Amino acid sequence: MSPSNLNDDASPWYQVITGQDGPCIRLTGSYTLSALDRQLRKVAAKLARFAAQSDLYWDLTGIQQMDHAGAVLIWRAWGRRRPAHLLIRPEQERLFMHLEKAHPAPKPVRRDILWPILTLGRRYFLFWDHLLGIITLSGLVLLNVFYLLKHPRQIPLREISANLFRTGAQALGITALVGFLIGIVLSYLTSEQLHTFGADVFIVNILGMSIIRELGPMLAAILVAGRSGSSMTAQLGVMRVTEELDALTVMGIPHSLRLVLPKIIGLGLAMPLVVLWTSAIALLGGILAADLQIGLNFQYALSSLPDAVPVANLWIGLGKGVVCGMMIALIACHFGLRIKPNTESLGEGTTNSVVTSITAVILIDAVFAVVFSNVGLKIPR
Amino acid sequence: MASDCIIEIEGLHTHFGSTVIHENISLNVYKGEILSLVGGSGSGKTTLLRQMLGLETPAQGSVKIFGYSRYDCDFDLLKSLRNRSGVLFQQGALFSALTVFDNIALPMRELHCLDEEMIRDLVMLKLDMVEVAAQHANKMPAELSGGMIKRVALARALALDPELLFLDEPTAGLDPALSESFVELIQALRQELTLTIVMVTHDLDTLAAISTRIAVLADQRLVALGKLADIIKIDHPFIKDFFLGKRGQNALGKLLTHS
Repeated sequence: MSPSNLNDDASPWYQVITGQDGPCIRLTGSYTLSALDRQLRKVAAKLARFAAQSDLYWDLTGIQQMDHAGAVLIWRAWGRRRPAHLLIRPEQERLFMHLEKAHPAPKPVRRDILWPILTLGRRYFLFWDHLLGIITLSGLVLLNVFYLLKHPRQIPLREISANLFRTGAQALGITALVGFLIGIVLSYLTSEQLHTFGADVFIVNILGMSIIRELGPMLAAILVAGRSGSSMTAQLGVMRVTEELDALTVMGIPHSLRLVLPKIIGLGLAMPLVVLWTSAIALLGGILAADLQIGLNFQYALSSLPDAVPVANLWIGLGKGVVCGMMIALIACHFGLRIKPNTESLGEGTTNSVVTSITAVILIDAVFAVVFSNVGLKIPR
Repeated sequence: MASDCIIEIEGLHTHFGSTVIHENISLNVYKGEILSLVGGSGSGKTTLLRQMLGLETPAQGSVKIFGYSRYDCDFDLLKSLRNRSGVLFQQGALFSALTVFDNIALPMRELHCLDEEMIRDLVMLKLDMVEVAAQHANKMPAELSGGMIKRVALARALALDPELLFLDEPTAGLDPALSESFVELIQALRQELTLTIVMVTHDLDTLAAISTRIAVLADQRLVALGKLADIIKIDHPFIKDFFLGKRGQNALGKLLTHS
């Protein structure tokens, strides 16, 4: 086949000429990624067609500039071996030598056919691993408490107060807003129903009972789990990434004593206060809404509240706060300390921490409901 | 010559709060040269590099790359400018969620004009260039040693065959043998590709081995700019400390006895 049979034997990238020894393809222009850009595939396809001719002379000396992408393009057009007749410059020679000895890419690891079972099994063991980790960490913290009782001068008061401020005082705004709105919604929905039965006064019982015993602690705990739990996990995780945790260890300062314990105590102190605050604001919102909706007297509502809700409910609510707070801090620290030094693990750890602590909060609530089922409820028999 | 000027910096001022970092710095980088930025810690070398990369904006003055100002060009132009330059960060800045292979393939895939097989060949070629064995391709960055991270990061910086390469402390944290091979690697790359390199370094051996020109930053200004042999003749306390101290004498021994 003579070169003139090819309909496109001249283009900005190559010229096909007939030399003394036979047909010769002379590559021209810049074989660089930025110059080839959109035409890359077209040029590659054309060159591959020429490479099928075994008697063709290849002249690469006309190329102004060639980078790795250009070299790979030509190399692949040749079918990964040099053509029989080739004329190149020394610096191009070096590029092709690299290509000749470059290793093929290793195959990515194939997924096992049994992967659903393997994943399930791994999940199962991971669950026990986490449970064991949390128990170990709480044991460590307990040992630290005993140690601190013997050496009261070493109690990390500064850290505890800093945690109290961050998790307690700074959470007041968001918990108040959510509590107030939930109080209004609850009151708005129930007061109309009660009004149709003429049972207006029972709005105080419903609001008081549900908010003080159940909604206040739960709202506060879920908000704090999302807000403070995630920040604790992320803080410890970044400390792992930046090797600050290792620096503390080599200074002889145990993580559990200086980082975990103050968080658990701080949140354990802050949570009941946040619960009290959330409940109070939610009640206020509920009574205000009832006032507007069915004309409930504000004074009457406040004075009848102690009769409607036994004080034991308040203690149960605050007790939930303490337990939930300490649990959230413990879970957050556990996941924070397990984070590996890469970005993926940081995100995953934070998500797991928040999901687990919210689940734990609801479990704790269920346990409280079962254990204290006879306390603080006036059930007419 | 304006056409040979890759980077033009004019009248650059920078300050963080009340601390002045740069005061009226003007600097040109020409095609094919290796310019080293030298200065004491806190003299704003890395800040200057980040301004050239467009990661930070100076308070005053202009930075032009390939003749275009960094701060007033549209999205497409900015993208093509970014594709024409590669950066090796001090810590490597490999994406920790991706394997070594995917780290290097990422900028190529972002072009959307290369097919997957070509990308595979190119990645393996880059890995071969920086002398990383093929079996490391499927590893995660967390499993690599410091020297390996630097090499893979260099391979990623070279992924799109850039004309302009920025190196931030390329040999920091490498042992002498690795630093030596890194220098050889840069020299080999320069022979094969037309590369312009801007480098921040403290390593005198690297500095002496590969830089064509040196810019010395001290007292918020550019106190010296030129070839190493000329720089060491300048009478300035920082230059005296930096180049003519004991370590400097060891590294530059031959050059000093000549002058």
